[in-house]
Amino acid sequence: MSAVIDTHGHAHDHGHGGHPGGYGGIMRWITTTNHKDIGTMYLWFSFAMFSVGGVMAMLIRAELFSPGLQIVNPDFFNQLTTMHGLIMVFGAIMPAFVGFANWLIPMQIGAPDMAFARMNNWSFWILPFAASLLIISFFVPGGAPGVGWTMYAPLTVQMGVGMDLTIFAVHLLGMSSIMGSINIVTTILNMRAPGMTLMRMPLFCWTWLITGYLLIAVMPVLAGAVTMTLTDRHFGTSFFNAAGGGDPVLYQHIFWFFGHPEVYIIALPAFGVVSQVIPAFSRKPLFGYASMVYATSAIAILSFIVWAHHMYTVGMPVTGQLFFMYATTLIAVPTGVKVFNWVATMWKGSLTFETPMLFACGFLFLFTLGGFTGLVLSLVPIDIQLHDTYYVVAHFHYVMVAGALFAAFAGIYFWLPKWTGKMYNEKLGQIHFWLTMIFFNITFFVQHFAGLAGMPRRIPDYPLQFETWNKISSIGAFGMGLSQLVFLYAVVQCIRSGAKAPDKPWEGADSLEWTHLPTPVPYHTFDPQPDLR
Amino acid sequence: MLKKLFVGALGLALCGAALAAEWNLQPAASKLAEDIHWLHEAVMVLVVILFVGVFGFMFWSCYAHRKSVGHKAEQFHENTTVEIIWTVIPALILVLIAWPVTKVVIAQKDTSQPDLTIKATGMQWKWGYDYLKGEGEGISFVSTLATPRAQIEGREPKGEHYLLEVDHELVVPLGRKIRVLTTAADVVHSWWVPAFGAKQDAIPGFIRDIWFTPNKTGTYRSQCVELCGKDHGFMPIVVRVVSPEDYTKWVGEQKTLMAKASADETRSYTLDELKSRGEKVYAANCVACHQASGKGVPGTFPALDGSKVAQGPAADHIDIVLHGKPNTAMQSFARLGNAELAAVITFERNSWSNHAGAAVQPADVRARRK
Repeated sequence: MSAVIDTHGHAHDHGHGGHPGGYGGIMRWITTTNHKDIGTMYLWFSFAMFSVGGVMAMLIRAELFSPGLQIVNPDFFNQLTTMHGLIMVFGAIMPAFVGFANWLIPMQIGAPDMAFARMNNWSFWILPFAASLLIISFFVPGGAPGVGWTMYAPLTVQMGVGMDLTIFAVHLLGMSSIMGSINIVTTILNMRAPGMTLMRMPLFCWTWLITGYLLIAVMPVLAGAVTMTLTDRHFGTSFFNAAGGGDPVLYQHIFWFFGHPEVYIIALPAFGVVSQVIPAFSRKPLFGYASMVYATSAIAILSFIVWAHHMYTVGMPVTGQLFFMYATTLIAVPTGVKVFNWVATMWKGSLTFETPMLFACGFLFLFTLGGFTGLVLSLVPIDIQLHDTYYVVAHFHYVMVAGALFAAFAGIYFWLPKWTGKMYNEKLGQIHFWLTMIFFNITFFVQHFAGLAGMPRRIPDYPLQFETWNKISSIGAFGMGLSQLVFLYAVVQCIRSGAKAPDKPWEGADSLEWTHLPTPVPYHTFDPQPDLR
Repeated sequence: MLKKLFVGALGLALCGAALAAEWNLQPAASKLAEDIHWLHEAVMVLVVILFVGVFGFMFWSCYAHRKSVGHKAEQFHENTTVEIIWTVIPALILVLIAWPVTKVVIAQKDTSQPDLTIKATGMQWKWGYDYLKGEGEGISFVSTLATPRAQIEGREPKGEHYLLEVDHELVVPLGRKIRVLTTAADVVHSWWVPAFGAKQDAIPGFIRDIWFTPNKTGTYRSQCVELCGKDHGFMPIVVRVVSPEDYTKWVGEQKTLMAKASADETRSYTLDELKSRGEKVYAANCVACHQASGKGVPGTFPALDGSKVAQGPAADHIDIVLHGKPNTAMQSFARLGNAELAAVITFERNSWSNHAGAAVQPADVRARRK
């Protein structure tokens, strides 16, 4: 307790610190401007969307268990793949990390709350409406759009009203993200405690600062792309219609100018979480803090000039292909630096493997595998063979699931004691990790083989030679989906009846939320701010 | 112990599956594909070396630097020399890879001086092929999935080439440089034959090109690889590579067939002749959306059974089939011959609950062409 005696956060615990001011019950959550409440809502929303998207994934894998059409028709299959992608990217992964940002950034920089507290409330409460639009689209005539999460023109023009609902949902999600990132950037730049210089911030804050800028830069681009789709559909424009002087490939350029930075919008906060967890369980400071910051910035800048590597088969001029190939392989350098730094942090540490560390190691191992297949795909001739096959599906699930999702799990188990004041059941956490790890690889590793052998992605039925891989992959997917019930149980059990957590349950954790605040954290913290000079 | 047994058994099962199933790039049948495979193998060797290197350190650390074996944490957290080394070395490796890859990229793009130029047009959901230049110039046909619906819906056992068989295969001569122009009639498709290392998106309103020189005879199978709507998974690409002599023979046969077809365009038919031919045309071109029952898919694809178009004036029906309906999946079918169109329209007007009674003749269709 000695570390927390002198903090005002602790003093507040006796005053109004433990109580949300104003309303109780449901109105507390609707009207709240508290960063911790909003962070909690983001995280639960994200879990709900993760479950919805997961059920869709299992339906997809059920259809693909055997060749032939059994469970869903091809139209509905396309709707499922589209919505699985959109919901997982915009509904599950992105809100999860905004939830972490809300909870942690004020505590890690010694600020009392986020800079724009009311806007913070608004940026969360847009999300349920956006998600409802996406889900309602299944029930309108023609169903949800079956165009893939990339929404390529001109297929979008053939869709029913579900496409319009999806376009509006993307607008809303974009508004939410932009407001969220303006808030995060402003908070980090203006509200750090005295003495908390930028280069003293925990790496999680750094990765979010950079992610915030990426979001502000590219979400309007996506909004532009879907708005042009909307006017092409209804108002007679021809942005993406060659017959009217437009170009379908223009859509792909605009989409991927958003889409590639989006990959890092998802990955960078995950890097941030892992950069907090690995040093804590290695009992050793993060290796190469400054080079981590520079590498993160380099990745963010490079992410703006590599977008067309998603489009090697559209028929670019040879100079275009070479430029985007060289730029893409260049990203391997700063990404490599990060991986080496994490391994060097573990090197000669004093390691223990509680659940957060297990997930962080799982992240490091599998994300790097995804990085390697990324290197393979960055090379134009090989990509031309593998583009739009299951190899790509495997690659981006190694990056998105084993990357972002594993990091999110690591973060949840890591900070859950701080947030709730209670410990999760270590045994349950470990079971969750191993089940997820094993089933993830059963699901996705074999997809590399299916892709190499030539199985296209987004098909509801497939030739017989791909049957073995698809059977294995489907079994893995059901296993991985069911394993997440263990996670839900572990979290609920922790909140309801977990053992009381000490102020600093992790020996090696060293950021402000561990060293300067009690467990559980009071409702209001760091008001006034701590002096760290 | 139990866990180890389980993992071991799983490993064995996976190895067994790997041997039983296709798990690597399909055998190459062109120089380009051979180059791509070589590059892929070289990069994989590099990746495995890096993998063992990086994770050797990580797993050694996990093994030897555990708190439970009493390892004390050292507190170093910076080393400029090491950091420069692990920035510069990967950069150098990338430069080394770049050279051979660049050569293949440039070769892939060189579509100059082909022996034979073929246009491949992606349509929802089939491929149209036009032999534009070289031996066989003027040959033109549409290539549609030949797998029966009964196999797809599980009412019949699936054949060896399930989903990878078509009614008209693309035929090309061995050892000749083939240039394929791709375009599309409706949405973006993608033409791919893995054995040739040739993949190119087919973009409506634009023409792109690729090339390959097949170096082994045989039949090579693949599928559309860009999501193009409902039946994206059901538009295969099948290319048969034959010796130049066999190719000349094939061209001769095609020319004879074409002469016969153009004679068909001018004569009149009986209602029954048109209906029975129309049923085949319907099965190849219309059934995917409007369904064998003529009932369509409610909310997505309209029914023909009892529809205003199929029961209204023949001229309107011909117009819709000839010119399509803008911003819907109903495309123009003007590329089909007058006799085929007359047959399918007659079939639609005299099937299910539609009883027009009268036949639409090829001459009627020709009259409505603009």
